[in-house]
Amino acid sequence: MPTAAVLDAALELAGVSCTFISNDAPGQRYTAVAGVDLDVGAGEFVSVVGPTGCGKSTLLNVAAGLLAPSTGRVQVFGQPLAGINTRAGYMFQTESLMPWRTARQNVQAGLEFRGAGAREVREQADAWLRRVGLGGFGDRYPHQLSGGMRKRTALAQTLVLDPDLILMDEPFSALDVQTRQLMENEVLDLWAAKKKAVLFITHDLDEAIAMSDRVVVLSAGPASHPIGEFAIDLARPRDVAEVRTEPRFIELHRAIWDVLREEVLKGYRQQLDKAA
Amino acid sequence: MKLAPNPRNIRWWQAGLLVLVFMLWHLLTKPGLVPPFLFDNDRQAAFFFGEPLVVFGRIWTWFVAQGDIYRHLGITLLETVLAFGIGTGLGLAMGLWLALSPMAAAILDPYIKALNSMPRVILAPIFGVWFGLGVASKVALGITLVFFIVFFNVYQGVREVSPVVLANARMLGANQRQLLRHVYLPSATSWVFSSLHTSVGLAFVGAVVGEYLGSSQGVGYLILQAEGTFDINTVMAGILVLTAFALVLDAVVGAIEKRLMKWQPRAGETEKL
Repeated sequence: MPTAAVLDAALELAGVSCTFISNDAPGQRYTAVAGVDLDVGAGEFVSVVGPTGCGKSTLLNVAAGLLAPSTGRVQVFGQPLAGINTRAGYMFQTESLMPWRTARQNVQAGLEFRGAGAREVREQADAWLRRVGLGGFGDRYPHQLSGGMRKRTALAQTLVLDPDLILMDEPFSALDVQTRQLMENEVLDLWAAKKKAVLFITHDLDEAIAMSDRVVVLSAGPASHPIGEFAIDLARPRDVAEVRTEPRFIELHRAIWDVLREEVLKGYRQQLDKAA
Repeated sequence: MKLAPNPRNIRWWQAGLLVLVFMLWHLLTKPGLVPPFLFDNDRQAAFFFGEPLVVFGRIWTWFVAQGDIYRHLGITLLETVLAFGIGTGLGLAMGLWLALSPMAAAILDPYIKALNSMPRVILAPIFGVWFGLGVASKVALGITLVFFIVFFNVYQGVREVSPVVLANARMLGANQRQLLRHVYLPSATSWVFSSLHTSVGLAFVGAVVGEYLGSSQGVGYLILQAEGTFDINTVMAGILVLTAFALVLDAVVGAIEKRLMKWQPRAGETEKL
C-alpha cells in the first residue's frame, strides 16, 4: 500500500458508523456499518468484498454523499464532505439510466446539468459512446439496448464527467460471465489511461483481486467493519481472464478467502435465522 | 379479404357493428315498419327513442344545410379545452408540489380527500351564480372534474420515481430544479397521460352539464332546448355529435401521447439488440 496516498487520499472514511431505524418496528435500530476506517489514495483501485448484506452499498452511499453517516468523518481530497460528493462518479448496481432519454442524451445529462455548451456536450458524449463501443447506438432508448450495452452507457455517463473518484457498486453483477470480463477489461483500460481513484464494491472475490491494487474484507453485518486488507501485487496491465491462472493470484485468493469464508458463513447463518 | 374477423379487417367489423346498431334502431322505431309489440301504437317508439333517419337529417341541417351548430360546438369545445388545459396545469403543479413536500401533503390530505369525494356537479349552479351563465362557469366546473384526476396521477407518478435513477441524476450534478425538469416530470408523464384520456372526457362532461344547467349557447344548451319541446330526435343528434367529438379529442390526446412516450417499451417490441 503506498503510504503517500494517505496524505492526499481521494477518499478518507474515519470511524464511520451508520445506524438505521427499522421501518416495521420503530425504536428498533439496525447498525449496518460501525467504526469503518477506509482510505482510497489518488489513482488507487480499491475493492471492498464482504458477505451479502454487510453494508457494502451503505459505505459507498456515504462516500457519494447520498447518505450522511451517523458518526464519523468523511474527507474527499482533504476536504470534509458536505452534501453530494461532486468529485465522485457513481456506477449503480441496478438500472440507473433515465429511460426517457436516449443513450446519447443519458451520457450528455451530467454535462448539461453542469451547464456546458451544446456543441461541446454533444462532441464529448459522442466521443465517450464510441469509446465504450456504442458509437452507432446513440439514438436508442435504454429499453432498446441489451443489459451489457446499458451498463456501458452508464459507464460513459459516469466517466464523461471526468470524476476524480469513481464509486462502483457491483456494476457488473447482473451481466453474464463473458460480457462481464469484457467490461472489466474495459474499465481497467480506462482506469489505466486516466489513473483515477476507484472504490469498487463486489461480492466476487475473483473480480476484486483481478482488478484492484488493494482488497478490503468487511465482516458480516450488523455493525460490519474491515477485518482484513490485502495489497494485490500482480503486474499490470492485467487481463482479468488470464490473471486468474497465475500462481500469485491463487495464493492471494486463498489468503483472502481464509478471512472471508468465516464471515460469509456467519452472514448466511444470520439470513437463515432471519427467515426462520 | 377474408370475412372472418382478423386484425386487418377489424375496422370493417367495427363499422359493420355500428351500421347494424343503427339499422336495428331504425327497424324498431320507424312507424309502420314492425307491428308495435311494446307500445300501444306505432308512433310511440319513435316518440321515445327517435328515428335514426330524422336524427341524421337533423345533424345534416346543423352542419351543412343551415350550418348553425358551429357557434354552439365552438363554445362547447372552447369550454372543454380551457377546462382541460387549466385543470391539467393546476393538477400537475399541485401534484408536483405535494409529492415533493410531504409536510404540505400531510396537512392538506384530509381537505383533498373531502373535496374529491364531494359530488362536484352540484357546484354547477353555484358557479353559475359566481361566474355568470357564460363560458367561465362551465370552465370552472370542468376544472373541478379534471383537476383531481390529474393531481392524483401526478402525485402517484412522482412518488414512484425510481430511487436509483434519482440518486444517479443527483450524482451527475442535477440541482433541485433540474431534478424536477429532467427526472420527476418525465417520470410522471406516463401517469399523467393515462389520466389525460379520462380527464379530457370529464372536461367535456363539465362543459355539457354546465350548459345543460344554465346557458344561452353550446351543444348542451341545444339539447336542453330540444328536451323542452320533447324533440327527441334533436336530443339524440346532440348526443351523437358530442360523442363523436369526445372521440376526436381522445384521439388527439392519444396521438400526442404516442409522440411523447416513444421512449416507453411496448409489449411485443423486438427491436432489442
